[in-house]
Amino acid sequence: MVGAGASSLVLEVENLAASRGLRILFEGLTFRLSGGEVLELRGPNGSGKSTLLRILAGLTRAHEGTVAFKTAGEDEPGRHYLGHLDAVKPSESAAEQAEFWARYFGRDPAEAVKAMKRVGLSGREQVPGRGLSAGQKRRLALVRLLVEPRPVWLLDEPTAALDIEGRALVTQLVAEHRAGGGMVIAAIHGDGFAGSRTLDISTLSIGAVA
Amino acid sequence: MSGSFSVFTRELKLAWSGGGGAALPVGFFAAASSITPFAVGNGVENLKIAGPGVMWIALALASLLPMERLFQADLEDGTLDAYAGSGIGMEGIALAKTLAHWIATGIPLAIIAPVLWIMLQGPPEASLFVIVFSLIGSAAFFFFGSIGAALAAGMRRGGLLIALVTLPLYVPTMIFGAAGLYAAASGGEWAAPLMLTGAAALFGVATSSFAAAMALRTAID
Repeated sequence: MVGAGASSLVLEVENLAASRGLRILFEGLTFRLSGGEVLELRGPNGSGKSTLLRILAGLTRAHEGTVAFKTAGEDEPGRHYLGHLDAVKPSESAAEQAEFWARYFGRDPAEAVKAMKRVGLSGREQVPGRGLSAGQKRRLALVRLLVEPRPVWLLDEPTAALDIEGRALVTQLVAEHRAGGGMVIAAIHGDGFAGSRTLDISTLSIGAVA
Repeated sequence: MSGSFSVFTRELKLAWSGGGGAALPVGFFAAASSITPFAVGNGVENLKIAGPGVMWIALALASLLPMERLFQADLEDGTLDAYAGSGIGMEGIALAKTLAHWIATGIPLAIIAPVLWIMLQGPPEASLFVIVFSLIGSAAFFFFGSIGAALAAGMRRGGLLIALVTLPLYVPTMIFGAAGLYAAASGGEWAAPLMLTGAAALFGVATSSFAAAMALRTAID
């Protein structure tokens, strides 16, 4: 599912510090994560979970320290970043948006149809983005993960706004992804993913497999 | 590559659908040019003096109107994060979006330009020239405008900043374009101003996406 080279996938974070304005959120963060592992980011609101994910996604610059994703090949492994905003356009229909992301990643638009079915948006294809509920928008954002297989998933509260069935879907997607050798780093409150490691961002303590 | 191209086609559709803003600049351009005779007097001589200049100003300001939302909507709904987080270059996104919005808006602006031109007592035989000039001019205005749009993307009511940043960049296009229109109105030499306006537009197309990309990366940081 994830493609060649994923088995040797490694993330090395060294002495990482993040700041927001003049405030240091965390410093001295060092950890290593391999393909097939899931890391849950825990901590109170404002402790730097989203900022860490944005740094890993390459959106925000680190205050200091280094982040290195490595695979057996030369290229950096592909990453998906799902922020707390769903990137849903109000005037486009759900199907149009799913197909857009398939084309964006150079995939067959048929992938979008499959992905829409998988995230439980069948029957809602023609609804414009503004007509979707918060949970449905989140499901539409998950389509991005499915149309283009990429080894690294960076998820910011992926289950926010989702119903019980939706949470089960995310849990299952994450389990399938790690079974295929992929890596998942997710900021999360409440129930986590079975067999994942946890990083408490406020104390920088890394927990063993839960 | 598929990324930038799909963004281009998406933006082309969005520009004219529900939330799109392509109709406003066209309406503004038509309105500003139409009320000119009421302000400067409808004598032929008055309009010959004021007409081409007013039309060029109206085109520049009409092109500024859609700039505030050019990148702001994508920043607010997380689309820019999704683009940047999937490893695509911001330069390609900025170029694709600006090009799409210029095509969606610049072509209708150029189509109505000769109508306004004749209304302002321009010679009808110069109509084709006015279309070409409006196309080139609006390209320059859109691409230079995208730099201001990117700088102000993260701000509420960033319109004033866009105007402040962009208007100085508009000056060369303003001078050469207006010179060309006056030349066309009086049957003078228009080839040189046309080429200089084209050069300004090409400079904008070639450089603006790099500047806009830098500003966008800062906006999402």
